[in-house]
Amino acid sequence: MAGSMRPAGDFRTSYAADRTIFPTRGSWRMLLLGLLVLCILPLQFAGVTLVSSYWLALIIQIAIYAIAALGLNILVGFTGQISLGHAAFFGFGGFASAYLSGKLGVPVALAIPLAGLLTAMLGIIVGLPAARLKGLYLAIATLASQFVLQDFFGRAQWFTGGASGASAEAYSIFGISLSGDRKYFLVVLAHLIIMYLFAANLMRTRDGRAMVAVRDHYLSAEIMGINLTYYRILAFGISSLYAGVGGALMAHYTGFVSSEAFDLLLSINFLAMVIIGGLGSIMGSILGAIFIICLPEVMQSVVRLVQTLGIGQGAAFTEGLAYMKEMAIGLAIVLFLVFEPDGLAARWRKIKAYWKLYPFSY
Amino acid sequence: MTTVGKAPILELDNVSLRFGGVRAMTDVSCSVYPGELFSIIGPNGAGKTSTLNCISGRYRPTSGRIRHHGKDITGLGPRKRADLGIGRTFQNLALFSGMSVLDNILIGRHHLLKTGVARGMLYWIGGAQQEEVQHRAAVEEIIDFLEIQHIRNEHAGTLSYGLRKRVELARAIALKPELILLDEPMAGMNLEEKEDMARFIVDLNEEMGMTVVMIEHDMGVVMDLSHRLMVLDFGRKIAEGIPDDIKANEDVKRAYLGQDHGVMPTAEPSAEAVR
Repeated sequence: MAGSMRPAGDFRTSYAADRTIFPTRGSWRMLLLGLLVLCILPLQFAGVTLVSSYWLALIIQIAIYAIAALGLNILVGFTGQISLGHAAFFGFGGFASAYLSGKLGVPVALAIPLAGLLTAMLGIIVGLPAARLKGLYLAIATLASQFVLQDFFGRAQWFTGGASGASAEAYSIFGISLSGDRKYFLVVLAHLIIMYLFAANLMRTRDGRAMVAVRDHYLSAEIMGINLTYYRILAFGISSLYAGVGGALMAHYTGFVSSEAFDLLLSINFLAMVIIGGLGSIMGSILGAIFIICLPEVMQSVVRLVQTLGIGQGAAFTEGLAYMKEMAIGLAIVLFLVFEPDGLAARWRKIKAYWKLYPFSY
Repeated sequence: MTTVGKAPILELDNVSLRFGGVRAMTDVSCSVYPGELFSIIGPNGAGKTSTLNCISGRYRPTSGRIRHHGKDITGLGPRKRADLGIGRTFQNLALFSGMSVLDNILIGRHHLLKTGVARGMLYWIGGAQQEEVQHRAAVEEIIDFLEIQHIRNEHAGTLSYGLRKRVELARAIALKPELILLDEPMAGMNLEEKEDMARFIVDLNEEMGMTVVMIEHDMGVVMDLSHRLMVLDFGRKIAEGIPDDIKANEDVKRAYLGQDHGVMPTAEPSAEAVR
């Protein structure tokens, strides 16, 4: 599979055309169709809803987590640095946006990107150890930042409201209120598209390439004139930017930010999204978010199916479900690491290749 | 190749390198002149790669000075030397295996590109795209030169050894170096690949005007290509001069063949003789 699976006769006549994010006309059509469907999804026609509010809530969550997962993938997948503190940055973005809009009167539409930038700055400070640490040591250093920030959320009354949490205003832009799931979904979607394009653009230009070089062979990267320290810390900044924007969107979605939500388990979940989606794949981050959010739902429906079939009954079974959801994520990570280490993105590429070449296998 | 009247591009002045009790290099001095194809040879463990590492900044000499165009660069970090126009390839491959060949070569342009994070993210606005396209054109010229068009979209990790060496050379050329350091560019290649590589090195030197410092074990290649050579043995310089003088040098014969010297191999030497 040499890079792309371009159909025969689809020739590139300029270097710009050879570096596009969506390489084939088919992928463009799919993209536009997909976006159109997503835009229509929350609409209601004369009382008929296309998507139940339950599923819409899930899709919003997927989109928000996908933004944060994109950032983590830039750090873990592209730059090769581990972080166990992503949830704390996600939380910081939420609190920052709530604070900016609630206490300082910044419009919410502006508070979200600002919160992202603030989180990026925090990420750069927290990422400073990355200049010296690698691998497990860096994992422990980021774990420390996770706990320090969590503690900060609990104590900083002025900023987070302490144990009682902070309330976040509803989204509005140019005086038009976009609150309520059906409108807010479009806000989240717009943010996801912009952040996706930012990530894709970054990875096809100078700094993105430098990050991958730092991951693959840092010694020769340095000989090539790449500043290792700068890119290691920059990766933390960018990943925090994404976490901050995601956290801010989540804050204005739920309208309330509580310090308990951003624990280590969420950090692990973000890592799971990135690993299952595909390390070093931008699209994979979104696939991973879909997988991790939908996994418990699938589990739930499996249990319901089993119950209607009359195999498993009783309270013990329903009780066990809560544990099974958490175990399923762990099991999924292990299975992916063993059978598809490059994640859903690689699987997707293989499926595409299969259909392109069908009925031949090569 | 005449070196009379030219100021050296690179000077090593009594460079010593020690790792604890191990003396990798002892008082090595030499000068490389602009436009030269300068080779460093010597038995295994003679300090050839250490010399290259000192020049490219990966190691800092324990004592002695390294000068580039007369300017002391002994304490300069490796990435600053890329800006000075010093490029290199590695003995054991050091490509970015997860990136395409194209991106690997584009990394060589890193220090010439100006796009930062913000402009990179915006791509269409702010000139990142124009810059990418412009440098892509330069990279394509290098790809043409090294005849690797067919693999430009391949992942570097999937390539054969000979091709990887070629991609590494391409990456070093992309740096637009004035001085290029090649660490065993032909190791592990078959005859045909060696011939191609030799042709590329000569073209680099003669057509692109790069000064080449090369480490190579294949005596046939070294003696044919080099303008001048330096021979190292146990970290010391034992000879320096034009190929004919080196072939006749008693010390060199002794270093390569032991006390009872025979004839300095001119063509393909047996593995034992070289190693």
